[in-house]
Amino acid sequence: MKTIKQQWLIALLSGALMGSGLVISGMTNPEKVLGFLEITRQWDPTLILVMGGAIMINLPASWLTLKRLKPVASERFHLPKTRPVDTPLIVGAALFGAGWGLAGICPGPAVANLLIGGSDIIMFVAAMLGGFWLQKTSASLFS
Amino acid sequence: MPWTEIINFTPLPGLAGGVLLGLGAALLLWGNGRIAGFSGIISHLDHSDKSWRIAFLAGVVIAATVLYTLLDFPAPDIRTSPLRLIIAGMLVGFGTRLGSGCTSGHGICGLSRLSVRSLAAVMVFMASAMITVFITNQL
Repeated sequence: MKTIKQQWLIALLSGALMGSGLVISGMTNPEKVLGFLEITRQWDPTLILVMGGAIMINLPASWLTLKRLKPVASERFHLPKTRPVDTPLIVGAALFGAGWGLAGICPGPAVANLLIGGSDIIMFVAAMLGGFWLQKTSASLFS
Repeated sequence: MPWTEIINFTPLPGLAGGVLLGLGAALLLWGNGRIAGFSGIISHLDHSDKSWRIAFLAGVVIAATVLYTLLDFPAPDIRTSPLRLIIAGMLVGFGTRLGSGCTSGHGICGLSRLSVRSLAAVMVFMASAMITVFITNQL
């Protein structure tokens, strides 16, 4: 019971840090993201520093953490299995990129904007949930 | 260089925000042993272990909303039409599940773990997004 509460608190704090990071970096503004993705005219390279700043912290932190036998408040690490690069990965990333380029919104900023982005964000999130469902359904149809 | 000039560049807020994103992701792995990937966390809300997922998303929404209000930021500037937003949302949802992650899971977490799959995914979705923006700007 204690660990469930700890996990809950850690997740809340982690989410708060990431939500703050998204707002402060400007990445909750789709026009700013599109300014990065538009590289052929005027370019806004800010997103590189956002990614770079995050990796600069998370790379050494992950390396140190993964040397532990288990996380602080959980029995084990939940990491994706090491697999080769395959077609679903590439096709999925290409489709995601197309959606990201169409609106300048990816899942993190969509959540961060939930209460401040008005009906546009609600519509985007609803469509995204529809996309999750569609993928799950089609995957179970073909397996 | 493909671009003619650099505009709207905000390196310090970008870097500061990035550091916060990295701290958040590092905390979730250290504490809960979980990858801070938004698409994965949202799409598995129907799992039995949903309580930490809800807490994480609540933390994001609360912090973002409070910061917007405190800093008096203007509401996000969304210029995309409703139809395009819906198509974009569907593609983002479908694509991130098929491709096992988004900007946070592959970008911030996967690259930090030196995952080859994440590196491939990041290169593909960045290229795809840039090509999409290039094409839509010609229309």
